[in-house]
Amino acid sequence: MTAQNPARQKSLASHLPRAIIYLILIAFAVFYLLPVYVLLITGMKGYTEVSLHSMWDLPRAFAFDSFAKAWFGSPAEGFRGLGDNFWNSIQLAIPATIFSAMLGSMNGYVLSKWKFKGSNTLFMLLLFGMFIPYQSILIPLVLLVQKMGLYGTIPGLIFVHTVYGIPITTLIFRNYYATVPSELIEAAGMDGAGILGIYWHIMFPLSLPGFVVVMIWQFQSVWNDFLFGVIITSRPAVQPITVALNNLAGSYIVEWNVQMAGSLLAALPTMLIFIFLGRYFMRGLLAGSLKG
Amino acid sequence: MSMAQASIAAPRKSKGWLKTDRLLAFVLIAPSVIAIAVFVYGFIGFTTFASFTKWDALLPDFSLVGWRNYEKLFDTTRFQIDLGNTVVFTILFLIACLMLGFMLAVLLDQRIRFEGLFRSVFLFPLAISYIVTGVVWRWLLNPGSVQLGSTGVNLLFEKVGLDFLKNGWYTDPNIGIKAVVIAATWQMSGYVMAMYLAGMRGISEDLREAARVDGATEVQVYRHIILPLLQPITLGAVIILGHMSLKIFDLVVSMTGPGPGFSSDVPAFFMWDTTFRGNNFAQGAGIATILLISVAVLIVPYLIYSTHTEAEV
Repeated sequence: MTAQNPARQKSLASHLPRAIIYLILIAFAVFYLLPVYVLLITGMKGYTEVSLHSMWDLPRAFAFDSFAKAWFGSPAEGFRGLGDNFWNSIQLAIPATIFSAMLGSMNGYVLSKWKFKGSNTLFMLLLFGMFIPYQSILIPLVLLVQKMGLYGTIPGLIFVHTVYGIPITTLIFRNYYATVPSELIEAAGMDGAGILGIYWHIMFPLSLPGFVVVMIWQFQSVWNDFLFGVIITSRPAVQPITVALNNLAGSYIVEWNVQMAGSLLAALPTMLIFIFLGRYFMRGLLAGSLKG
Repeated sequence: MSMAQASIAAPRKSKGWLKTDRLLAFVLIAPSVIAIAVFVYGFIGFTTFASFTKWDALLPDFSLVGWRNYEKLFDTTRFQIDLGNTVVFTILFLIACLMLGFMLAVLLDQRIRFEGLFRSVFLFPLAISYIVTGVVWRWLLNPGSVQLGSTGVNLLFEKVGLDFLKNGWYTDPNIGIKAVVIAATWQMSGYVMAMYLAGMRGISEDLREAARVDGATEVQVYRHIILPLLQPITLGAVIILGHMSLKIFDLVVSMTGPGPGFSSDVPAFFMWDTTFRGNNFAQGAGIATILLISVAVLIVPYLIYSTHTEAEV
């Protein structure tokens, strides 16, 4: 017994800090999950059960009134549901994602494998577009989009997101293509393939993981955008879901349980991507920090 | 990379393909280059120009007025408050995110069980929109009212007997922008954690072991070995978070709006308000230009520095 004591003491000494580590981690996990808890329990509470004083309590019975109301709206109370806006965001985010990924792929290819004099400077000038406050381009943007006849339309938003997506998609693809061995390209060049042939036969097939990262990144930033949505679309019927959610939350007629359900709907697609494709999400994230 | 270039160029030159391929390379990137030239640089030029004009109503009026819009702007109380709020927000947001992010990364670096789960929990706020964050935190930090009683975290504090922590949050002009910092930190600290954790995983175990053999405690290893080695990551995080905090907009819109006495107002919100609600385009352009300059001061040296170091490698 006594012989075991020092060993036990040692394991206690090394276990105690670990227990503290876990306690701190769990405390922080609670902090990060707090809003999700409120969203979930409130969304599932029945209409009659929602009150401010029980906002932290679990629902007594499951009901989905709040979700139905958030999705379909309530014509009697004069507010639109978010359902249409959810589809607007889908119709917006998918094409915008694909277009900017394609442009980024071509740019990344040229800027990593076909460098020319000044190409690094050009890349830097492109990258700056990623950091600018969009306020500094909004006024002429609205004027131009109006002139193009795209103001207040989803194609207008697709166009805008495609253009301002170019810097980040170029950055991620350029970093990704830098990892493709140059020998492959050399060999194809020897075989007589040109710049387009090399792209089509070598780079593009190798690009799938790059495309996944870029498209997840772009999808989530287009889906989560608010500024372009609110500036380009003034009619509720064409607004993306973030703008509609903000309007819903800003109107005083709507109960807060409907707001919480609406928030959950607006967060759902990107949350699902995060849950199922988290690894690629992370890679895009780290690529976005310039050091990918 | 330059090796590869040379070896690609050599056979090509002899076959005389270089010119066509070179031309095609420009054709491939031309749409993007033109788009960025117009939509970023052209538009910035337009906005800067507009900030020196008399365009203060819906219809454009491009007669020049010199620095008048800027002088007016800096004389406006709201703008002065906004600048102060930006400074407070940036400092608190940076400190909170860096400290929290580093601490969480250190904790997760201890061969933790369920590391992946914890990591996902700390990271998921990044996947959702600032609008959603704002709507949710507006409720969590809603102080409630005398008639209705406490709500949100105040109610939570009441329930667990920590009444002294109850607060007016964003309805209290003294707190205002700091309430927004809480929500923003909730959203962005996981990003810093991920950056630091990725960096820590890149540091060889031998280095830590050597320090431990020399008698360094775990705390000293992180403080004197790992933190200095992660300096590029700290710099990257400061740049990313810093430029975000200068531009912060969505969160303010959905969480608080300008707040009582503009206590949670920021320049980006003021710009939007002035331009698209007030139709004072020249003044909006002025705010936008000041915002752009403040971001550029932070970003341009960093871009030059990072593309420069990359070229050397």
